[in-house]
This record gives sequence, C-alpha cells and structure tokens, in this order.
Amino acid sequence: MASTVIPANQAPASTTTNYLNNGHSLKSWLLTTDHKRIAVLYLISVTVFFFLGGFFAMLIRLELLTPEGDLMQADTYNKVFTMHGMIMVFFFLIPVVPAVLGNFLIPLMIGAKDLAFPRINLLSWYLYVIGVLLISHVMLTGGVDTGWTFYSPFSTEYTNTKIVEAGLAAFIAGFSSIFTGLNFIVTIHRMRAPGLTWNRLPLFVWANYATSIIMILGTPVVAITIVLVAVERLFHLGIFDPRLGGDPLLFQHLFWFYSHPAVYIMILPSMGVISELITCFSRKRVFGYNFVALSSIAIAVIGFLVWAHHMFVAGISLYAAMIFSFLTFFVGVPSAVKVFNWTATLYRGSISYATPMLYAFGFIGLFTIGGLTGLFLATLGIDVHVTDTYFVVAHFHYVMVGGVLMGYLGGMHFWWPKISGRMYPEGWAKLSALLVFVGFNLTFFPQFILGYVGMPRRYWQYPPEFQVLNVLSTAGASVLAVGYLLPMIYLLWSLKYGPIADANPWRAAGLEWQAASPPTTFNFDETPVVTWEAYNYDEIDANGHGGSH
Amino acid sequence: MAGQVDALYIYLLLVSGVMTMLIFVAVTVLAIKYRRMPGRDAHQIEGSTILEITWSIIPFFVMLTFFIWGAVIYFKERTPPADSTEVYVVAKQWMWKIEHMEGQREINELHVPVGQNVKLIMTSQDVIHSFFVPAFRIKQDVLPGRYTTLWFKATVPGRYHLFCAEYCGTMHSGMGGDIVVMEPQDYAQWMAGGPAAPLQDTGKQLFATLGCSTCHRSDVQGRGPNLQGIYNKPVLLEDGRTVIADENYVRESILNPTAKIVSGFKPVMPTFQGIVSDEQLNALVAYVKSLAQPPAGTAALQSQPAAAPPQPQNTQVQ
Amino acid sequence: MSDNQAIAVEHEAHNPALLHHFSSEQQQKNAASLGMWLFLVTEIMFFGGMFCAYLIYRVQHFNAFAAASQQLSIKLGAFNTAVLIVSSVTVVLAVKAAEAGKRKLLVSYLVVTVLLGMTFLVVKGFEYREKFEKHHVPGPTFNFTDTFDDNGKQIPVNPKEAELFFSIYFAMTGMHALHMIIGCGLFSVLAVFAWKGHYTPGYYTPIENAGLYWHLVDIIWIYLFPLLYLISRHS
Repeated sequence: MASTVIPANQAPASTTTNYLNNGHSLKSWLLTTDHKRIAVLYLISVTVFFFLGGFFAMLIRLELLTPEGDLMQADTYNKVFTMHGMIMVFFFLIPVVPAVLGNFLIPLMIGAKDLAFPRINLLSWYLYVIGVLLISHVMLTGGVDTGWTFYSPFSTEYTNTKIVEAGLAAFIAGFSSIFTGLNFIVTIHRMRAPGLTWNRLPLFVWANYATSIIMILGTPVVAITIVLVAVERLFHLGIFDPRLGGDPLLFQHLFWFYSHPAVYIMILPSMGVISELITCFSRKRVFGYNFVALSSIAIAVIGFLVWAHHMFVAGISLYAAMIFSFLTFFVGVPSAVKVFNWTATLYRGSISYATPMLYAFGFIGLFTIGGLTGLFLATLGIDVHVTDTYFVVAHFHYVMVGGVLMGYLGGMHFWWPKISGRMYPEGWAKLSALLVFVGFNLTFFPQFILGYVGMPRRYWQYPPEFQVLNVLSTAGASVLAVGYLLPMIYLLWSLKYGPIADANPWRAAGLEWQAASPPTTFNFDETPVVTWEAYNYDEIDANGHGGSH
Repeated sequence: MAGQVDALYIYLLLVSGVMTMLIFVAVTVLAIKYRRMPGRDAHQIEGSTILEITWSIIPFFVMLTFFIWGAVIYFKERTPPADSTEVYVVAKQWMWKIEHMEGQREINELHVPVGQNVKLIMTSQDVIHSFFVPAFRIKQDVLPGRYTTLWFKATVPGRYHLFCAEYCGTMHSGMGGDIVVMEPQDYAQWMAGGPAAPLQDTGKQLFATLGCSTCHRSDVQGRGPNLQGIYNKPVLLEDGRTVIADENYVRESILNPTAKIVSGFKPVMPTFQGIVSDEQLNALVAYVKSLAQPPAGTAALQSQPAAAPPQPQNTQVQ
Repeated sequence: MSDNQAIAVEHEAHNPALLHHFSSEQQQKNAASLGMWLFLVTEIMFFGGMFCAYLIYRVQHFNAFAAASQQLSIKLGAFNTAVLIVSSVTVVLAVKAAEAGKRKLLVSYLVVTVLLGMTFLVVKGFEYREKFEKHHVPGPTFNFTDTFDDNGKQIPVNPKEAELFFSIYFAMTGMHALHMIIGCGLFSVLAVFAWKGHYTPGYYTPIENAGLYWHLVDIIWIYLFPLLYLISRHS
C-alpha cells in the first residue's frame, strides 16, 4: 500500500505515548477503563477459548474418522461436542466481534474518547472471565453432556453432569453480553461527534447497534431459562417435567426465543466488518447505504419472530409451524439485500486484493451458501428430513465459520495496524486466507451430503456407508486448523518484527484512521467535527492523502 | 412422499445453485474487471431504489414457492390417512419398543407391509427422542407425557435405517434399528409367527384388573362416563369447554383425571400415574378406541346421568 | 500523560462529577439515564420469561392454579402492595429533595424507602413461613389437600399442578425479593453518600436512576400480586 502523508498533529507511533505503552504494570491493564485495552484483554481471552473450542472440534473430527466409536467412550464424546458447542457459542462467537473489534473501534469511529460507561465495560470483561473460569472448572471436573442446547428433561432430570455450574457460566457470560450491548447503544446515541448524523455513520456502527438491541432484549430470556433449569434440577420443581405437570416444549420455546436471535448477534457485526472492507478495497461508497443500514435493523427485529423454526418436528402444532416457516423466509430478504449491495459495490470500483478483501470475498461466497441452505431448513417439507442431521451442522458452520469468522479475520487484518501499530506480513496472510477457504469448504460441504443421506448429528458412531464423507470432512479440518494457526503466529511475530504502520495505511475512510496507529489513550487530541458523508472515497482519492477534510 | 421431498429438494438445489453461481460469477468478474489500475478511478454510485426493490421482491416471491410447496408436503406428512394401520411406539434410553395392534412386540425393528398406510403413535418413557427414517424422509420427535404421531406408506420392500435423531444421552448414536418392509404375504406370515394377544385385548384385561370397569360401565350408568364409542367424538367438560376424545385425551384422563372432568360427573376418578407403564397405557388407549358406538338411545356423554334411563344391554360385565 | 494534560486544559472548571470521556454534564446525564432505561428493559425481558411460563400453565391448569392461589393471603399481599406503592412515593420525594438540594430531607426519604422495602421483605418472610408450615413448599414435603372453595364445595385439583403453581410462585416472588434486597442495598449506599454530601442540585443522577430501578421493581410486584393472589376470588 502506498504510504500516506501523515498529518502534522500525529507523530509516528514510536515516539509518542499510545494506549499500549501508557502504563506497563499489570494493574494498569487489569484495572484499565480504556476501551482499547479492554478490547485487547478480550482479544487474548476469546482467542484462548477459540483454540480450546477448536481443540474439541479436532477431537470430534478424529473420532468421526471411523464409523465405530473407537477413539473415546460415548460419554466422553458427548461431553466433547457439548463443550465444543458451549465454548464456541457463548464464549467465542457471541462476544468476539463486538467485544474485540466493537469495543476498540466504536468510540474511534464516532469521534468519542471512550464508551459511555468505561467501568461497566471493564466489568463486562471480568464477567466474561468469571464465566470462562467457571466453564473451565466444569470441563476439568467432568464436563457436561447435554449438547449446548441442554434440552429438558434430559438436562433437568436425567443427566448427572454439572448442568447448574455450566448454566451459571453461561448466565454470567450473558450479563457480560448485556452490558456490552447497553454500553454500545448509549454510546452510539449520545456520544457521536458533532456533525456525525445517523446516516453518516460507518455501517460497522449500524451493525453493532442492531446487534446490541438483540443482546439486551434476548439475553435476559435465556438467563431466566437457565435459572428455571437450575431451579428444577436443584429442587425438583417440575417446571418442564411432564410427570409433574410441566411441559418440555416450554423449555424449547424459552431457549430458542434467545438462541435464534443470538445467531444474529453473531453475524451482524461481521456483516458490518464486510461493509467496511468492501468499501475500502473498492474505493467506493457502499451501494445503497440506507438499505444496508436498515437491513441490519430489519434482521434484528424479524430475527425475534422466527424461533420456532428450530421446533418443526418437536411437537408444535401444524399451524404454528406454517407461521414460523413463513416468517423465516422474511428474515432471509435483508440478508440477501446485503449480499447484493456488496456485490454491486464492486461494480466500477477500483479493487485491490489485500488480505482483508480476500476474506470479504470469502465471506460473500460462503455466507451465500450458508444463507441459502437456511432456506432449505425454513422449508417445512425439507426440514422434516434434514433437521437434527449433519445438514444443519453444515448450515450453521457455513454461516458461523464461513460468515462470522471470515468477517472477524478480515477485520483483524484490516485494523491490525490501528490496534498494534504494525503491519502483518501480506504473503503469509494471503496464504492463510486461502487455506481457510479451501479447508473450510472441504470440512463442511461434505456434511450437507451426509445430512441429506441421513446421518444424524451428535453421533459418536455411525453406519459404515457414511465413512467416506466423514474422512473428507476431517481432512478439511486439518487444513482449516493450519489456516487458523498461521495468523496466530504471524500476527504475534509482527508485534515485534512487522513494519511500523502509519495512521492510515489503507487510505481508508472512517474517523478511526485519523487517530494514530496505535491511538493515544483518549483517541483524539481534539473532538473531530464531521462534515462529510460516510465512505467519501472520491474525496479521499481526489485529495491523494489520508485525511478527509 | 419421499419422492416429493426429493423433488422439492432438487428444486431448491437448482435455485440455490443458480443463485450461488450468479453471485460467484458476479464477484469474480467484477473483482477482475475492476481491479485497481493506474489512471482509473472508482466511480461512485449512490444506489438504486428500483434495483433494491426488485432484488428484494423477486427473491421473496421465489421463496414463497419454497414455502408453499414445503407447507403442502408438511401438511400431508402430518395428516395421517384415516385407513392407516396403527402401531404404538415407546421410546426409552436407548431402544425403540414397538407394539402392533395385533399384539406383536418388537425391539428396534418395525415390520410393515408394503403399500399400506402406517400410523405410529409414539411416546417416550424418559427424555425426548426422535423417530427418523431417512429413506422415507420422515422424522418426528417423541416426547414424554404425550403422544406424537407419524405416518408413512412404504413402497419398496427392504430394510431401512431407523435412527434416533434427538440427542438423548450416552447411547443416542446406538439407538438405531430397521424398518423392515415386506410383501403382504410375507408380512402376514411374520405376524402369525408368534404368540401374542391383540393390543386391545390386553387393554380389555387391564381395564378389568385395574378396576376401570367398576365405574365406566356400558350396561348401566356408572360413576364414570360410558366409554362406548367416545373415540374421536367431542366431549363436553365441566367447565364448558368441548374437547375431542383423541389418544392424548384418553391418556391424560388416565394419568390426570381431574384435568378434564366430563360434564355432569364428579371428580372421583383416582390417578393411575405411576401405576400403569407406557405399554399398559397404550393397551388401554387401544382398547378404548376399539369400543364401538353404543346403540341409539343409550346415555351419551353430553347429558346428565340422571336424565338418561339405563338401557338393558348384554349382561356381560365389561 | 501529555494527552490528558492537553484535554484538561480544554475544559478548565467543571463539575468534579463530570467524567473525562464526556464532553458535557448534560451528555453524561443523558447517557446515564438512557443506560438505566435500557437496563430496565433487560429486567422486563428477564421477568417476562417467567410471566410467560406462568401464563401458559395457568391456562392449562386453571383449576389447580385457582385453588392454590386461594391459599395465599390476600391481606398480606395487599398490605405489601400498599407498602411498595408508598415506597415509590418516597423515592419520588427523595429525587425532588435532591433536586432542591435538601440534603437531610433526601437522606430521610432514602432511609424511609429502605425501611419500607425491608417491611415488604419481612412480611414476605412471614408469608413464606406460613407456606412452609402448611407444606406448600414444592419438593418432598409438599402436600396439598384442602381444596375447598368459598362455598365448601370440593375443587378437583391435581396436587402436581398445585405444586407447579407454588414452584412458579416461589420462583417469581423469590426473584422479585432478590431484586428488592438489591434495591434496599443500593438505596442504603446512596443514603450514606447523600449524608456525606455527594449529591447537589447539579448532580443527583444516581438517585434518579436508582429511583427508576425501584419503580420497575414496584411495577413488577403490581403485576405479580393480582396474577398470583387474585385468581378467581369472588365475593
């Protein structure tokens, strides 16, 4: 990338105090209220747990190399897939983009010095840490074996694993999520720089705003569900037990009322990242800004109306199933609109292939497939056949790994110079992106086929005719693992040996690029006054330098 | 029905394939055609409301076709034909227990004749399971405390995998079996090959030994409603509601009698929760279902017991 | 810390309660207010799940719920409702006192609120004890037999369904009581700070926001009381 002329009021990172070297003690990190340091704390914690969840995934794929259950016992396998799911859902996918990228970038993007409630932000991180400590204790003392969905009555009456403790871990992590969402909404409403109207906001901010709405409305419902499960388990109260007058389906309704919108908590911020990447690397405004912004809100709202599409064969009435199927198709429309708008943004752009853009391309392809297979599941006649099979597993991995994770990795590479002050090595990064894309497809595409031919999910052993596809899937997982390990290595390497980055190495639009790389503790010396539209790449490229004034 | 599911699946595959190809090709072509070149700047385009509306509306209508076709199939899948042979299924950790009406019992195997509509009436003894036959493209969760139903018509003889598809504990993946579809004559032979009492006969015995017949008489008006011919008929309850006396109603009335008291009767029936097993419940339900319509003029369930004069019937005590 | 100095120079004299990342007191106040309202929304969603479970089971098991509900003391429930409503009034008066800068009055109202809250909890304790004595606490000791309505007619009730009512009763009133305890703690702390003079007419946001929290807990009780205590009560 061509280096930019650095504005006079921002000296190169190495000679000024920035948020990273403003205080070196452990206390200055553990008691920080600086949103950027908190983001880094989150980055370290979620990365550790991502690899732990990934380790469990490797165990699953290794067991599934052969039809027999020969690597571990059935109970162990059941615990492994449960812990894989719980860790990835509650301790990685839900927090990762908001708590790492959102925390770091939102104040910078809106020209603020910090989030509205910096101490609550720190509390959020500590709650997350308490959650992970609890779940780690659960894992070390036997794990849980209910699947991450912990359906009753198995979870309330039959299993003898540590449900209450695991539930408590998720409950506490849920409050971390709620406080993050609350912080974001107040910040975005109240702390935008002068001149930064709603329709000048970066789409990443819109995306996190919509996500935060879901966080604060949905998370409390799963919190109370966990409380009721714990109460039933501890005191045998029979809220979900049919022998005591309860209803196991009530559990499923309460659980999915959160857990469906939860998947939009995972994908929306990643979609926000993609908007930032596509615009920067095509040097264009996004096509249809209003539509992309409002589609995030639409997804958040409609996402609350479709939960029972997880229950088409659970015993709900025929008519309820039809209503939820119909509504589920609605929620596909705004997602499709985003994909079309991003593609249209490429038209007559000036496109470069830096690693973040490669991840964005990958996202568009994989999210398209993942989203379309969601339509298969929304279609009642097909869902009856493929629900609870590997088809569903493939679908959600396409959107969560092919979607959320690709967006996250793209964003991490894009904002790495801002976060660390260093550039990553482009060659290795491109190689990793390619490995991730190839490995991912090899891992999960065969699972669509596996599901349709009838392999159920959560199976420790399976009939021999399913072996070939399982072997392909495991082979892909090995490639994928390498693709994820490489960035760990070279990003860490770049902290010491990477070239020093200037404030805006990508010549990108957005207030965050007007702060230094890395930013100072209070982000901006003077509060910026915004007089330009979002993604004003025509002005930026006409001026030929990194500023946007 | 499986053929229809496959046809719908192929339709969706085609549409999705086309859509995916369109996006892949568009992104690839645009990314190459508009790659960064010196001297060529990006051309800013604000957007196009017409385009936005078009590419929202058209996919929505395409999706409507998915919905309608899928809903039609689902409706048919959840509406068992009236002439279906019924089979009771009890799921437990970790096996499937099957009871044919004729009394044949099976574990993890279900024999059915080809070309015959079969309706499964299923319940679980413990946690939620799911009855899944991939070859037939059908699946239904099996719940504790109530009946769920599933129907199919096998068209080709053979053995087909049966899987449990709702995680249920340690041996969830071992809770499998086979659906064995046989030619009618082979099936008849199989049916005849074992001592078994028809399910409703077992139920009739239980009805007597458990004391049900003390109150539920069909000769004179007893303390409980006459059960002749009640299956699938509307029943007026004490609180004014009317419900249909289906399998779930009969089952509930045995396990939780005070839930739906029939109009004009006192709440004196004791509960049999914990006294009858799921298999015994199935037998009782089958028996009640088999009770024929009483002759005209006999006390039906809708009127007060005192108002209907007792009718002379056969003197056999039920 | 050169950046901090630069920023400190920009706004020299300001309310010591103004935090540095806000550009004005008004912005800080608005942010705190919006934050508290959003938190209350999460509390509504939290209790909402339990209300949902309650409503579904009440429809399904109406008779048992009615019979069980009649075992609760209307007198104590109504008394508690009145106590909470009065405590919301004292909260409003506390906020007004803070706004007017009347420190002693503010502290008095806060203390009275806490006392009223504790009264509520004590009465609740009596109610719980009565339930314990009558074996209406769900679990192995549960026993529900006296199901007669006002006319002495026996109501047919499945004891399991009555137990379900009491499970939900304890879960909901217990969760509510927990929120009351937190509220009492919160106001006690605020009373101490108020005594020390932390709140001025220019800055009393914590009082306001804590007041909002208390009002919500009150409103939740106002829904709980008729739903739990007043099912099918005639005469």
